[in-house]
Amino acid sequence: MMGTLFFDSLNLSQKVMLGTALLGGISGVIGSFAVLRGRSLVGDMLAHAALPGICLAFLLWGTRDLWALSLGALTSGLLAIATVTWLVRWTRTKEDAAIGIVLSTFFGVGVVLLSVIQKPHIGGNKAGLDSYLFGEPANMLSDDLVLLTVVAGVILSLVFFFFKEFQLVCFDTDFAQSQGWPTLKIDLTLMAALTVVTIVGLPIVGVILMAAMLILPAATARLWTNRLQVLLVLAGLCGMLAAVGGTQLGRGLPAGAAIVLTAAGLFVLSLVLAPQRGVVARLRSEWQLRGRIAREHLLRSLYELNEPYLPARQQLPLQSLQDYRHWSALPKLLDAAEADAFVERQDKTVRLTSLGLKRAAELTTAHRLWEMYLMQHAGIAPDHVDRDADDVEHLLPAALLVELEQQLEQEGRLPNTITSVPDSPHQLEGPSESSTP
Amino acid sequence: MAASGRYLRKCTMSTTALEIHDMTVAYQRRPVLWDIDLQIPAGKLVGIVGPNGAGKTTLIKAALGLVPLASGKVEIHGKPYHQQRQAVGYVPQRESVDWDFPVTVRDVVLMGTYGSLGWLRRPGRSEHAIVDRCLQQVGISALANRQIRQLSGGQQQRVFLARALAQDAQLYFLDEPFAGVDAATEAAIFKLLQTMRSAHKTVLVVHHDLQTVRDYFDHVILLNMRLVACGPVETTFTQENLHLTYGGRLTILDEAAEAMRQREPQR
Repeated sequence: MMGTLFFDSLNLSQKVMLGTALLGGISGVIGSFAVLRGRSLVGDMLAHAALPGICLAFLLWGTRDLWALSLGALTSGLLAIATVTWLVRWTRTKEDAAIGIVLSTFFGVGVVLLSVIQKPHIGGNKAGLDSYLFGEPANMLSDDLVLLTVVAGVILSLVFFFFKEFQLVCFDTDFAQSQGWPTLKIDLTLMAALTVVTIVGLPIVGVILMAAMLILPAATARLWTNRLQVLLVLAGLCGMLAAVGGTQLGRGLPAGAAIVLTAAGLFVLSLVLAPQRGVVARLRSEWQLRGRIAREHLLRSLYELNEPYLPARQQLPLQSLQDYRHWSALPKLLDAAEADAFVERQDKTVRLTSLGLKRAAELTTAHRLWEMYLMQHAGIAPDHVDRDADDVEHLLPAALLVELEQQLEQEGRLPNTITSVPDSPHQLEGPSESSTP
Repeated sequence: MAASGRYLRKCTMSTTALEIHDMTVAYQRRPVLWDIDLQIPAGKLVGIVGPNGAGKTTLIKAALGLVPLASGKVEIHGKPYHQQRQAVGYVPQRESVDWDFPVTVRDVVLMGTYGSLGWLRRPGRSEHAIVDRCLQQVGISALANRQIRQLSGGQQQRVFLARALAQDAQLYFLDEPFAGVDAATEAAIFKLLQTMRSAHKTVLVVHHDLQTVRDYFDHVILLNMRLVACGPVETTFTQENLHLTYGGRLTILDEAAEAMRQREPQR
């Protein structure tokens, strides 16, 4: 065979590299569908349940022939799926419990069979078999590579050609069926792909950790994108990176564990760094929001302190501002406000600029509207309003503010303090200048 | 005689959008809908009303072939459903999907065009044009590239409606489109329903708010495991029929269903 000849020309480390990369890629892609379909554990079950099939196939044929062992794995994997389906359908066992039961039972049988095989009088040819527990990429033969290449080719073309159908069925099966798609067949195709990928992955990653190869790349990719097309590509790349990286970095360690730990490392890294969903991004946006709220509090406090003197812009003693409410970092806030040209500082006083007064008036208006809205419409006790308003108004979209204003105005409830806020602080420039000492 | 009878039947076919004949639906052999017989004329807005557990969603799902019929048949514009799938649009309940799924608003609405696209073909320029139009019709064009998790409940409902519009069907089934939406969305949906009616679409809507039935619908289906009444709102949505629909759930049918379940061997 041409393929075998090509693979024969590679040295072992090239074979290992190629094989693990292929496996990582397809398990990332197919695992994404499984995870989105809520079937993360099905891959885990398939992998564990394959062990007794592998052992039985070895006992029957007496060789470590790849195709025989894969057939055994496939048979017991399918038997496990059938058992779970039967348990869920005909007894009142919940699906996760059924999966747990079947997974551990099949695996238990597998471990027993393995210990039988390892007894010297059975043949002693155990070298191949216990690599199925933890995975051993270094056993990679040309035959394995042919199988992996064929599987990868079939699966990637399936996903490429039937992307639309897979996406539709995974997102909304009922809708797909109402459009006339054979949802059961499409679903079974995905399940079959998952089964095949799991089984070809067993000799490399091992039955115990194969599930992680299906789940981790998908979960990692999900952190980076909101589109399925991109997610599939990223999950494939992430799986490749983990598989190749793990085998290269973790020489001398059990390969499955090294691969999975690399995948987990990528996941944790993404958890920290990913845009929007990442920890850093979330902390940053929370920090930005807090900063904005603090700056808005400052302007509103200044407006309220200045309110008795309107339309003049009064030099306010810093001490009065300090006493007005609890501040965590007032000097920094004032620095920021000064940089924005909202306030001017002189000795121990602070004064709103005309730009600052305009902004402060807007913020105060928004705050009071929200307060009024809560009091009038949400039935909240007046003494609770202020704190709630502080939390929420900063999140109000502009459209809702307009709506609130109109609503309150229609009902004649727009407070006088607000209508008396001057439209344009620029008109005040003259008198306020003269009022300063 | 027979020939003229057939002819007459053909004439009525064109104006009957949905005919359900003698339909019984059972979950795990427990009947939830009994002997439903109804005809819906084309071009009407139809409310499906009844208490919780009355089988409103089941009626829709059975008509769409999503749950098997124990007996009876469903005809859409005079033909069985599997020949008429392109003519039928569906808006499932909002909670029926995972809104964290990695798709954008545009991706979801595109799914409405998949039925007419068929196998292997990918959505192209004309499908995207349909999506643009439908998004505009429900007023969420600006949200086209958002991930669907980032929408409010009302906006999510509009996404589903836009997807159904993209199906360009004649007969629509909407499962509780008004549930948990804001006032603006409710008004938008109502306006959309009227637009659909003026385009001579037939729309069946599972509805919970009895107070708005008269404002929203032409026809009403009153349902409580069996069909209580079906007809124009003025004559059908009466105090008496409502009492029959809502007054006491434990009817003879409940007892019969319970008895049948009891008779099954215990597992």
